[in-house]
Amino acid sequence: MSFLHWAILIPFLFAIIVPMLYKYIRPVHTGWFILIVPSVLFVFFLPYINPVADGETFMETVPWVPSLGINFSAFIDGWSLLFALLITGIGALVVLYSIYYLDKKYEDLTNFYVHLLMFMGAMLGVVLSDNVIVLYVFWELTSISSTLLISYWYHRDASINGALKSLNITVLGGFAMLAGFALLYVMTGTFSIQEMIGQAGGVIDHPLFLPTIILILLGAFTKSAQFPFHIWLPDAMEAPTPVSAYLHSATMVKAGIYLVARFTPLFGGAPEWFWIIAGGGLLTLLWGSLSAIRQKDLKGLLAYSTVSQLGMVMCLLGLGSAALYFDDANELYTVAILAAVFHLFNHASFKGSLFMTAGIVDHETGTRDIRALGGLMLVMPATATISLIGAASMAGIPPLNGFLSKEHFFMAITDATEYGIFNMETAGMLFPVIGWLASVFTFVYCCIFFFKTFAGPFEPERFAKKVHEAPIGMLISPAVLGLVVVIVGIFPNLLSQSIIEPSMAAILQGLPTDAEAFTVDIEHWHGFDLELFMTIGVVGFGSLLYLAMGKWRKLSIYNKTTDPFSPVYDSGITGLLKGSRLITNVQMTGRLRDYLTFVSAFFLIITIWTMIRYDAFVIDTQNISEISTYEVVLVGLLVISMLALPFIQQRVAAIVVLGFVGFLIALFFVNFRAPDLALTQLLIETVLVILFMLAFYHLPEFRKEKMKASFKWSNALLSFGVGLMVTLIALSAFSYGQGHDFSPVSDYYIENSADLAGGYNMVNVVLVDFRALDTVLEVLVLGVAALAVVALIRLKMKEGDDI
Amino acid sequence: MKWKTNNLLFIHVTRIVAFLILTFSIYLFFAGHDDPGGGFIGGLMTACSVLLLYLTFDKRKIDEMLPINYVYLIPAGLLIAFGTGFLGILFADPYLTQYFDYFTLPWIGEFELATAVLFDVGIYLGVAASALVIIVTIAGDE
Repeated sequence: MSFLHWAILIPFLFAIIVPMLYKYIRPVHTGWFILIVPSVLFVFFLPYINPVADGETFMETVPWVPSLGINFSAFIDGWSLLFALLITGIGALVVLYSIYYLDKKYEDLTNFYVHLLMFMGAMLGVVLSDNVIVLYVFWELTSISSTLLISYWYHRDASINGALKSLNITVLGGFAMLAGFALLYVMTGTFSIQEMIGQAGGVIDHPLFLPTIILILLGAFTKSAQFPFHIWLPDAMEAPTPVSAYLHSATMVKAGIYLVARFTPLFGGAPEWFWIIAGGGLLTLLWGSLSAIRQKDLKGLLAYSTVSQLGMVMCLLGLGSAALYFDDANELYTVAILAAVFHLFNHASFKGSLFMTAGIVDHETGTRDIRALGGLMLVMPATATISLIGAASMAGIPPLNGFLSKEHFFMAITDATEYGIFNMETAGMLFPVIGWLASVFTFVYCCIFFFKTFAGPFEPERFAKKVHEAPIGMLISPAVLGLVVVIVGIFPNLLSQSIIEPSMAAILQGLPTDAEAFTVDIEHWHGFDLELFMTIGVVGFGSLLYLAMGKWRKLSIYNKTTDPFSPVYDSGITGLLKGSRLITNVQMTGRLRDYLTFVSAFFLIITIWTMIRYDAFVIDTQNISEISTYEVVLVGLLVISMLALPFIQQRVAAIVVLGFVGFLIALFFVNFRAPDLALTQLLIETVLVILFMLAFYHLPEFRKEKMKASFKWSNALLSFGVGLMVTLIALSAFSYGQGHDFSPVSDYYIENSADLAGGYNMVNVVLVDFRALDTVLEVLVLGVAALAVVALIRLKMKEGDDI
Repeated sequence: MKWKTNNLLFIHVTRIVAFLILTFSIYLFFAGHDDPGGGFIGGLMTACSVLLLYLTFDKRKIDEMLPINYVYLIPAGLLIAFGTGFLGILFADPYLTQYFDYFTLPWIGEFELATAVLFDVGIYLGVAASALVIIVTIAGDE
């Protein structure tokens, strides 16, 4: 275990003591203790910047399941370091903000901070794991902690619905991704991402390539809320605002982007990869920005804006993957990757601060509805200033950082038409057009966000609370992020060598990194070129569109806020529930004999099919040992009592005969010299007879059932068939073994039970030592069954009660 | 309890036999490593002896005599069995690795100590308690 592993595990370990902190140190807000974790981790990751900028990477491995090639490998390069810093840095600010946002008197802080720490650890695990299986485990953990955080106010229906929606969609994608990872393993023979990249050559031409990338991208697209899976993100806004700022804008939703970039060296250069990501991203960008305009809820607006910005980064990553097609580090392609990395960072900063200011507005006024808000500029000047910085950066106004990355975005999408591959010269024209259009919409919703909230006349009587500026502690975090927006905007090259260049090198692994295209130099002024005119166009048209809002705000499309894809999801869920209830009702009749019929019939069909399919019926009577009189007598008694059973009309007699059958089987074990089995069978039989006798009290009067003869015949046929098949399979297995050299498993136990486990009773040594896990899990099943009996009988259900 | 009986012979035989069975079950439990027996069989037989008591006497009487809530014994047994598994992890071996060694004491001679016995205690408790809980609960149902 290296420090790197501990860095991932510390949040989980700390989460364990949170309930104690909350319970025993009540006067201090628990958040102050939590604040230590991300702050320390942030400081821990900072020193990695210099060596990583020099091109170093770090890999620490701890074996987990070495026999399957699953190791807990922590890997740091530029790209994972950027995420680690974002997670811990923004994490610290969010925790600080939450201390003022959540009142320690009224809110259950334990739930909040335990889940938040769980998320932090899981997210660090996602970005630092090199092994895809470990990555998957952490990936699902982020989904689960996100769900728990969304449902933090679990007494609200909307919270529960939003949480379930996010869980359903992201975990479904996660499953698809797991399948994709399995296919990757089939293709490459390793679970390590870096080892896969080392042998990238064969992957793209492999027949499994397309299914693999579709499955993996399903995981990435659901997590990063890409069209049409974006519908969970707006509903996730039911979470407390610190959570929205942290998980649903700065970190977790970027996990999909992280994954796409991580796999770009492996899959990049294929047209499918290029088009799915770039096209999907572009569509998301447009859809998100359009939907954001229609939102009346501040956080809903920010949610759709996050969707749209994530789409933009995704689109850029798709475009940049073309560099790997050419195997050439030309600035024409690398600029897209540069813009993606840069915008990812910028988005985390300005969107984080915007969420926090939206949270402040909600906290201080009691509403987030833009139709009710207005005129807060003079009441909350600090909040207004920070919001203005964030919104201006998002809209792409110079000299803030959003302007710079927006310029690079324009540069990338206009360059993309000159690639000359993948039909980019024709269909590629869509990129600049749609990208520009979406930027206009982005400008409009930024205006809506700021002016509808802060401009206009202030009418105190519209608010339920007395509105005033937020406490200073609540303003620190958004102010810090706002400062980052300004500083990076003015001195963008602060990040160039330390963060952006190493990240680009990691995403475009395999290209010569000393090429000129990897030297990042971000400038505000490029001269009068196309990008500048596009920006001017965005501001001009955007302003016009916003000023004309009075005209189009009456349109019905503006007034409907629900996403057209949400009903699709809803009807899917109701359909699923209805369908599964239908199937359940058909098979769960509540009658034991029906279940027995299903099981036996299925068994019969599957065994007959298999035996015929492999032509496996062989009966070889050679080498069969002699049958003693004793065995003949036992079998005879067994057959007679079994045949007698169905004709017994008295219940007690039936139980006794059934017990007799069980004791006969015990005698068989004695005959075959298996004392342990015989003893177990005897005891089980005894207990069973007692149990039957008891159950007998609770059964209704035994009455002769009047059933159709045909029904009984089918039952007889079924049981006869099962018995015959079992016998035939046993005989065939025996015969098959004759012709082949098999050594029984028991040989190993006979040889080793005394030496390895110190016991001379082999059966018992197998139970407690060689296969102890089986034993303990069987007892677990038994225990659960016992508890279920208690639950069923003590908490009796009435007729018609649903489970 | 409906199944209270007044059969005198049955009552008197049970008074002796139930405890013989109980003793034998404990013998079986310890014999397990080298001879037939072990936690599973021992647990079942213990359950049988207690059930015999329940069959013979009034449930209330037995509850007074054995004031044990078997429901709690199920997780206790499982915890012991699962818990001994972590011993292996402490010594950097796989989960549920069992250890044993031979010791010599004056007068007693050589004997064996094995962690498998601890594990078996868990199995014993889990099995005995599960069987008892299932049957006593069903029997006690009105």
